[in-house]
Amino acid sequence: MTVVAPADRRLMEGSEAMAEAAIAAGCRFFAGYPMTPFTELLEHLAKKLPEADGVCINAESELEAVGMAWGALATGARAATGSTGQGLSLMQESFSEITLAELPLVVFNMARGQQDYFQATRGGGHGDYRHLVLAPLDIAEAVELTQLAFHLADKWRNPVLVYGDYLLAHTHEAVSVERIEFPPLPSKAWAVDGSGGGTGESRLVTPLGLAKHGHEAPGIERHLRGITAKHADMEREEQRAETAFCDDAETVVVAFGTPAKFVRYVVSQLRAEGEKVGFVRPISLWPYPFEAVAQATDGATTVAVFELCAGQMIDDVRLAVLGRAPIVAIGGISTDGSGFGVGPLLDAEIIRDRVLAAHRGGADAELPPLPVNDRG
Amino acid sequence: MTAIKSRGTITIDTDTCKGCELCITACPPRVLSMTSEVNQLGYRYPQLHPGCTGCAACLMVCPDFCFEVFRFDEPVLTDIAGAAEEPS
Amino acid sequence: MPREHVGAEGPVGPVLDTSTAPDHAKKVADLKPDLLLTQEHNLCPGCGEPLALRVYLEALQELGVTQRSIMVAGIGCYTAFTSTVDVDLVQALHGRAPSVATGAKRMQPDSVVFTLQGDGDMVNEGLQEVLHTAARGENVTCILLNNGVFGETGGHMTATSVLGQRTKNTLDGRDAEYHGYPILIGDLIARLQGAAYVARGSVHNAGAVARTKKMFRRAFESQLRGDGFSFVEVLTMCPTGWFIPTGDGPDYMHETLGEVHVMGELKVGGVVKTTEELHDENVARQREVEGALERGGLDR
Repeated sequence: MTVVAPADRRLMEGSEAMAEAAIAAGCRFFAGYPMTPFTELLEHLAKKLPEADGVCINAESELEAVGMAWGALATGARAATGSTGQGLSLMQESFSEITLAELPLVVFNMARGQQDYFQATRGGGHGDYRHLVLAPLDIAEAVELTQLAFHLADKWRNPVLVYGDYLLAHTHEAVSVERIEFPPLPSKAWAVDGSGGGTGESRLVTPLGLAKHGHEAPGIERHLRGITAKHADMEREEQRAETAFCDDAETVVVAFGTPAKFVRYVVSQLRAEGEKVGFVRPISLWPYPFEAVAQATDGATTVAVFELCAGQMIDDVRLAVLGRAPIVAIGGISTDGSGFGVGPLLDAEIIRDRVLAAHRGGADAELPPLPVNDRG
Repeated sequence: MTAIKSRGTITIDTDTCKGCELCITACPPRVLSMTSEVNQLGYRYPQLHPGCTGCAACLMVCPDFCFEVFRFDEPVLTDIAGAAEEPS
Repeated sequence: MPREHVGAEGPVGPVLDTSTAPDHAKKVADLKPDLLLTQEHNLCPGCGEPLALRVYLEALQELGVTQRSIMVAGIGCYTAFTSTVDVDLVQALHGRAPSVATGAKRMQPDSVVFTLQGDGDMVNEGLQEVLHTAARGENVTCILLNNGVFGETGGHMTATSVLGQRTKNTLDGRDAEYHGYPILIGDLIARLQGAAYVARGSVHNAGAVARTKKMFRRAFESQLRGDGFSFVEVLTMCPTGWFIPTGDGPDYMHETLGEVHVMGELKVGGVVKTTEELHDENVARQREVEGALERGGLDR
């Protein structure tokens, strides 16, 4: 990845940085429905996309938003939609079928915490489908991963989900959104623009495994198997993770997304104090970097999982560790009074105590009680 | 001997017909009847009698695109007791 | 002595050869529209949907917009046409074609974008999609094939099924108290400011098919002018879903669905008519025709 166009550095919230990154990546269509904490991403794109000769539609429902993106994608444009987890729940049928239609949709989940991990990685829709999922640590990484998302979506002709959250959306930082140059991709010969009509070579964008009369249709079974084969390739090639201090770690902490920045900080502090703790951060949530996590936890006697939910990514950690070490959940549900935002658990001191408890107690660790949101 | 005047005629793709009979009732001069034979799909299909006007109503109501419709340069007479004669 | 054949008698005379094109004649109507790759399909005998398909493909061709048309298909029996129409096409989900059409049109504003949907698709699953697209004045044309049932799944009640209509899940006929009332989608759309042309056609006979073709032309012309949202509903026969013989389809449709979803133009040139007004107009026109017949006119 080469940085092509250095831009001015200015103070902006994560939502704005991601909007700019999407436009830098060539996104020219967005549709969305306001919902906290996604709303600002829609607002920024509503303002900026027309300035970039793009279209942003305030859709009348989430379901229509993803439909509009579908139509834009079918014409060969780079298009995206987004919401928070609840809104993405509404879009699931379309997500499944857009995957089967092999359209390069980019989806933004500005989530309320980390409890949408299953929705993102297992998929809430029907059928054998997979989305690439990228979880940025902070705004700078979000700017990179947003652009990467559009590239990977086109590379694989498959949807890519960017897992953000309230903290990412609303934190302000000094950011320069620099356009990244990616390797070239084949042109979209499959895209529908009307010009095929009456030629005998008109195009069909469909999830159903059909083809135009006179062309061999794969049929639904062969079509589905082909997509599954593609997903196997994606699984091999698109795993991404960050590891630190794992070589001699006794306890390895696993975390993703914005909370992982807190965990990484805590681990590096504890290391400085002589504690043998390590850190692994999946950057791709699907494909989950099983090998990287397995390797990082290979010598550990305890694996701790920090996530802001009842425990979802922990399932994948269990699969990576395969019983070699006990796994201790040190995260939990923590949110603010509204339920949208950041809870008291996202606190370096509190996380440090919980990491230490796991490090010292192992499988029998007694964790401090979870902090309580003072607004209940 | 009387003869009936046909201003037009049709071709019928009997192999594609699904025997729905919509053409029979749609034909304004009522010159179509259903055969008693069946085609390769197992359906009976229409046949044409003298008096066609070339209005194409049959074609417009056929769900299976079985018809082509023609208008004669000069109306053709069919002796209703025998074969077609030369145009008069 | 040669005579004209009088229709009331039924067919007389010998069976004529219809296997090859005749000499000394001019073809006046083709087997199938150019935009249809094959005449073959697996839709039922007596299905009205291909009748609508023919005339809107012909309308597109006549308007010369073949090479900039994008079709968005919903899910129903008509999904079979996605393989056989020679038009660039995007398959949408059940009810979701209008939003897909919106996205496509915004990215390809010079193309003629139209949807093909059934009543179960558009008026049940996708009611909000078509209303929002119309309200937005999106420059697309939505086409509704209305047979008052979910044909593909076997003939169940939809939001357009009429009172008394027997369907697979209203075997004793649709009952207002239990099943509620049908939605006259054309009326809802016509009242939206973003809707420019709204019409309801039917394919119960050749005359109706011809009238419906004109509606398609006007709808596409409206889109080409950029007037806003255009909409054509077409009543189509589904003898399988209605559990009736194929030959009875047109009359059954005209007398049941057609009495409620009345044929005519609901909105054109800014003028909105209600279905009730169309009904009264049709009754008046019918009386005129009958009167003329009684007086000895229309004897051809």
